[in-house]
Amino acid sequence: MAVPLLDIKGLAVTIPTRGGERAAVSNVDFSVDRGEVVGLVGESGSGKSLSMLAVMGLLPRQFGVSGSIRFDGEEIAGAPERRLRALRGRRIAMVFQDPMTALNPVQTIGAQITEMIRLHNAGMSRAQVRQKALSLLEAVAIPAPERRFDQYPHEFSGGMRQRVVIAIAIANDPDLLIADEPTTALDVTIQAQIMEIFAGLRAERGMAIVLITHDLGLVAGLADRMSVLYAGRIAERGPVGPLFAAPRHPYTASLLAAVPSIDDVSERLHAIPGTPPSLSERPPGCAFAPRCDFAVPACRASEPDLTRVGGSVVACHRANDPAFAARLKEPA
Amino acid sequence: MLMGPTTHRDVRPRPRLAGAIGGFFARLGWRQVPVMFAAVVLVALVLVALTIPLWTPYDPIGLAGRRLQPPSAAHWLGTDALGRDVLVRTLFGARYSLPIAAVVLVVAVGIGVTLGALAGFLGGIVDNVLMRLADITLAFPPVLLAMAIAASLGPGLVNTALALIIVWWPIYARLMRAQVLNVKKLDHVDAAIVGGVTPARLLTHHIMPLCWSPIFVNMTMDVGQVILLAAGLSFIGLGAQPPTPEWGQMIAEGASNFYCWWIALGPGMAIFLVSLSSNFLGDGLRDVADPRTRQGG
Amino acid sequence: MLKVVVRRLLVMPFLLLGIVTATFLLAQFTKGNPLVSIIGARNLDNAEVVAAAKARWGLDRSVPERYAIYVWNLAHGDLGTSFRTKQPVLKDLAQRLPATLELVICAMIVGAAGGIALAIVSAEFKNSLADHVARLVALMGSCLPVFWLGLIALFLFSVQTRLLPGPGRLDIRAVAPPVTTGFMLVDTLLAGNVAGFIDAARHLVLPSLVLGWSVMGIVARMVRASMLDVLGQDYITMARAKGAGRLRVLVHHALANALIPALTILGFTFAYLITGSVLVETIFSWPGIGSYAVEAARSLDYPAITGVTIIGGLGFLVANLLTDVAYAAADPRMREAT
Repeated sequence: MAVPLLDIKGLAVTIPTRGGERAAVSNVDFSVDRGEVVGLVGESGSGKSLSMLAVMGLLPRQFGVSGSIRFDGEEIAGAPERRLRALRGRRIAMVFQDPMTALNPVQTIGAQITEMIRLHNAGMSRAQVRQKALSLLEAVAIPAPERRFDQYPHEFSGGMRQRVVIAIAIANDPDLLIADEPTTALDVTIQAQIMEIFAGLRAERGMAIVLITHDLGLVAGLADRMSVLYAGRIAERGPVGPLFAAPRHPYTASLLAAVPSIDDVSERLHAIPGTPPSLSERPPGCAFAPRCDFAVPACRASEPDLTRVGGSVVACHRANDPAFAARLKEPA
Repeated sequence: MLMGPTTHRDVRPRPRLAGAIGGFFARLGWRQVPVMFAAVVLVALVLVALTIPLWTPYDPIGLAGRRLQPPSAAHWLGTDALGRDVLVRTLFGARYSLPIAAVVLVVAVGIGVTLGALAGFLGGIVDNVLMRLADITLAFPPVLLAMAIAASLGPGLVNTALALIIVWWPIYARLMRAQVLNVKKLDHVDAAIVGGVTPARLLTHHIMPLCWSPIFVNMTMDVGQVILLAAGLSFIGLGAQPPTPEWGQMIAEGASNFYCWWIALGPGMAIFLVSLSSNFLGDGLRDVADPRTRQGG
Repeated sequence: MLKVVVRRLLVMPFLLLGIVTATFLLAQFTKGNPLVSIIGARNLDNAEVVAAAKARWGLDRSVPERYAIYVWNLAHGDLGTSFRTKQPVLKDLAQRLPATLELVICAMIVGAAGGIALAIVSAEFKNSLADHVARLVALMGSCLPVFWLGLIALFLFSVQTRLLPGPGRLDIRAVAPPVTTGFMLVDTLLAGNVAGFIDAARHLVLPSLVLGWSVMGIVARMVRASMLDVLGQDYITMARAKGAGRLRVLVHHALANALIPALTILGFTFAYLITGSVLVETIFSWPGIGSYAVEAARSLDYPAITGVTIIGGLGFLVANLLTDVAYAAADPRMREAT
């Protein structure tokens, strides 16, 4: 079997707080193959963005990162900043959540795109760089790129800015694109256009994409596999098809129930009652137990290990209970 | 959760005093060190200013030893051109600088707060006239205004204080006006109006009590600034006149005996310490008054 | 933003009139015969001169009339005659202004560069030892009396170690270049006098460092706060995600944004520099406006001190105007908004 493009094993991130170090991410395994799209799903604060910032080496110094992060076979966890800098923007690129804040307000769009090209292509001439930047703007369907090139971010709409952010991210044809909630800040119609761009990138350039989102609808449309994070741990992971058809973890099931579907006549949104535990008040057993309709005393006693069930891997004490599996399928 | 190896605990007995001091600061938190430093300096200086005539070894304006002597056991900071003890004079200097700062700030804040509150509360023409007056005063670089005033009224400590009051009142008028405008919007003010409170009482009992904290923070910070400018005016000969042991005046005497560096050392350090302390204390006060700035503003 | 600039321009004449009125009123308090300040004590016996001065300044008229004449004369650039130098005040000021500007500009560069550097260190290493040290260094500048610092600096670097020259703008033995701009650095170069240029530059080092340090605190505090704000922004993470180095991110991305709000303190810093330059010029025997003002104030040369005050107020207004313009020019979001 070929080496995965990104292979994370036992990743843990700790955050310093007044009360001491808190584990924000623990024991996360995650991998992406070349040309593959993997969804990383969870509510805000579940540790999905933290995990990916750890991959980029962009977490603040005070944060503790441990575990193994292999990119294209090379261990990059704890790699020197110099090495990481060569990877960032060149082989791993990132699209940020909020296009309104991701662009530098005092630099022109053109300057921000060309910076990305120049940083990794020292030999290119000015004209070549400009030409390439213009073609990138064209690639993300920005009309009149020549005119737009010298404008500032505030002259762009939100959707247009996100296109620029994507243009910057793909400037050097990275092997891996990490998209952190790329459509959350945008209108629904714009969302579809942006997702189309991602689909195109994958089809035309064979780019591997990590799609960080809390919206399972986006994952269903684009991803091959997905991992569900809850309170900094993997709750469930597996291929998208089977996982949507038969979720093994109650959390996945309730996330699926929360997706508005066109067939759903009632158009009812199933919100999950309660909130995820804060970093400081993790329950002793399964972190999801307090919000889980199916929790049994065992769930509150010990933390479940990841076990293989069918095509997926699940961290749930009751995953192998057939009666439970049947009940999961009906909406709660 | 990842745990590091259990750290070896240091069980050696520590020297008692060091332990006590360390423990004291640990309980306070290192953030408080500047505030403690400031409090110690200012309290010590006030005590010295109050009591020094009782225990001074030398007369601050009389002969204490040979002229222009470098620091020695008898004269810790040396003697000046007239054979006076520099340390004693420096300590006596606190009896001029601290009261000047206090008087200037109390009067300037009194005037500024009154006018600012009226401007903010009444609005309209009163506001306009008062604020334009403040604008004009603030349009002068402070030292030039103070110099012009001191030059026209004649040199001396009282006129210096007067000049500094004129320089400082508009700052507090602006600050108070802004505060009153903010507090005026609060619900409890409307409630008081509905309750039939007289305008004067509304201002003094319902609005002004909520306006003080930035005023106090600013006042604390300005202690250093007032002392610096007052000393500056004395230095150029417009403030305290010889033989007053005023810090700026003493530095001027040091300047005319340039090679005897110790003459200016004491007063210079005194001004620096007071000014630094007032900044530290002001920062500390602001942290207490406004928790948002606590993360290092 | 253009609106703000225009508004400031419209208000300026009124503020200026206010400044002039204030100085006129102050002059009414002056002890002694105003004639002395205008024509000098020696001319008091000269009936002709006295009569001419009385007529020109309307000293025999009522206060409102005198005020009108005063303003009229000022509007024509007549600031009176210095009782000490026996020259028109305006001429004195014009002669001395370049020296002060040269010093203030150099100090501004020192203060801005130093303050920004300290702010970068302290924002990048927030709450670490480096941060505390940087903040203390900046704060010390605003707490040390400049006139004392100047003395100590002269003593240490000029007297003790002889690393740098003493007071003045040039070596006493040096021949001053012909005055074209009044800026010693420029005039020496125009005269092709390289040795003179180096001499002038060396003379500028201590006074600009002392004066510059005194405003570092204001600059550092403001820039640090806005740097901390900017460093938390997404576009900083984005710049790092591009693979840009830490220094490039700090200077190219963070500083460019952080300096915009910090520009607002330019005018304020100017007021500080003027205050400082009065004292620093005295210590360093710098023949600028500041030492002129001190000499004038010591000898109760009222027209001179009034002239300096009016020029200082005007300078402050201009500095504020420049601040607004700079602010508008620096921020692309402001540039178009009218």
